[in-house]
Amino acid sequence: MTAEPALVQKVTIRDLKFFYGDTQALKAISLPLYEHKVTAFIGPSGCGKSTLLRVLNRMYDLYPRQRAEGEVLLDGDDILAPTTDINLLRSRIGMVFQKPTPFPMSIYDNIAFGIKLYERLTKSELDQRVEGALRSAALWDEVKDKLKSSGLSLSGGQQQRLCIARTVAIQPEVILLDEPASALDPISTAKIEELIDELSAHYTIAVVTHNMQQAARVSDYTAFMYLGSLVEFGETPKIFTAPQQKQTQDYITGRFG
Amino acid sequence: MNRTLRTRRQLVSLVMMGLSVVATLFGLGFLALILGTLIFKGLAGLKLSIFTQMTPPPGSKGGLLNAIAGSLVMTTGGVAIGAPIGMLAGIYMAEYGRGTRFTMIVRFINDILLSAPSIIIGLFVYEIYVAEVHHFSGVAGIIALAIMVVPVVVRTTEDMLLLVPGTLKEAAAAMGLPRSIFIRRIALRVARAGLITGVLLAVARVSGETAPLLFTALSNQFWSWNINEPIANLPMVIFNFALSPYKDWQQLAWTGALLITCAVLALSITARVLSAQGTRK
Repeated sequence: MTAEPALVQKVTIRDLKFFYGDTQALKAISLPLYEHKVTAFIGPSGCGKSTLLRVLNRMYDLYPRQRAEGEVLLDGDDILAPTTDINLLRSRIGMVFQKPTPFPMSIYDNIAFGIKLYERLTKSELDQRVEGALRSAALWDEVKDKLKSSGLSLSGGQQQRLCIARTVAIQPEVILLDEPASALDPISTAKIEELIDELSAHYTIAVVTHNMQQAARVSDYTAFMYLGSLVEFGETPKIFTAPQQKQTQDYITGRFG
Repeated sequence: MNRTLRTRRQLVSLVMMGLSVVATLFGLGFLALILGTLIFKGLAGLKLSIFTQMTPPPGSKGGLLNAIAGSLVMTTGGVAIGAPIGMLAGIYMAEYGRGTRFTMIVRFINDILLSAPSIIIGLFVYEIYVAEVHHFSGVAGIIALAIMVVPVVVRTTEDMLLLVPGTLKEAAAAMGLPRSIFIRRIALRVARAGLITGVLLAVARVSGETAPLLFTALSNQFWSWNINEPIANLPMVIFNFALSPYKDWQQLAWTGALLITCAVLALSITARVLSAQGTRK
């Protein structure tokens, strides 16, 4: 193995607890997301993996009775602090959802929209950024001749890549993927997985998935969660070949969940 | 299956089906009767002069031009004032105040206003405006119609915005979009067809109203663009002419009624087509 650069903790989660009203959904979670690595979150439905992801960009702020305790550090700054500029935070930590959610506008505008929110660019600079984003989401060749048609006219897999392109376009540092392929067919899924691999060269990625083969294929690190607790976290090959916890082993061998 | 049970169910089904058909025919029959009479009597008086001449004194020739123009002015005015107010309120209720007690109270009051008899609204404007300035006027008519437009538009705006998928809102928030931009650029665009439908339905609702105009705009035998004076309008002209003993006035009333019905029908169909297009997307 060649000398790996030292691991940097891009995001550090410390003693994170999360509540939906009176129900506690996360119990004192602590783990790092390493820079330019893919971290997969696996576990049975309701284990809190999506909840955890939604804390990282403070998505829960949209809903009144949800709150988080503990610390989530992004480059050392606590994003749970009340003083955090949420919109700025979300420009640094992008998110792609389970169901593709293109905006009701043209393919071009779907991408340009987000960029224009943060930067003033000339038309040609904007064109370049849109093309770059579509290329990095492996969508450019399929849509370059119909940039003006509606984003809703694309297939499900294309829509999901459009959403990834849209997220990449605002140049975030971290990308959160919440079951990005679970609504897609196998071919589209393979494309998304390839994409995750390529994106990890430039971004820190966290991906929630129900599909354990997918976790094993795309991630460098894996976190196994169960009933709101983090059971085990480690390098993906280790988690899948030599898990330390019995619960982890039972889950990945399909004995429960 | 038990034979008698089967026969009994078929019998019940037959009776129920029969009752449903009778009820439908009852409703449709009267509608056909009304429309038939209206078209038969209205068409008889429909000629170009309806659109080019003023309402006449009894016994002489004339048309409905001033009434048509007055109706257009007041409906446009009422919608131009009422629709924006209703939309802003609806946006507030669906986006900023969703689920709050305040929104629930506003919605409740709005629903009452929605079903309030229009004559009450006419009397209300009479009290607060006409009685104060001491004369009937187009302005008063516009105020009354605007008050009728608001609750319709509030209701449709809120309903349509509540239908915008939550996933879209989350996706927008995840990009750091401020809520105001989400509302203007995305939510309103998704709900556009529904919002236009709401406004069209409001237009259809107020364009045939007589009661609120009876105490506000009154009517006018002559041409008038001055909205500070009483203005002629189709519903009032129909009301007055239909009650008159003069044959030619009664004929004009029939034709006016036909015009309003056709306009409302056209608006309703447009609204239907638009909302069908909106849901297909």
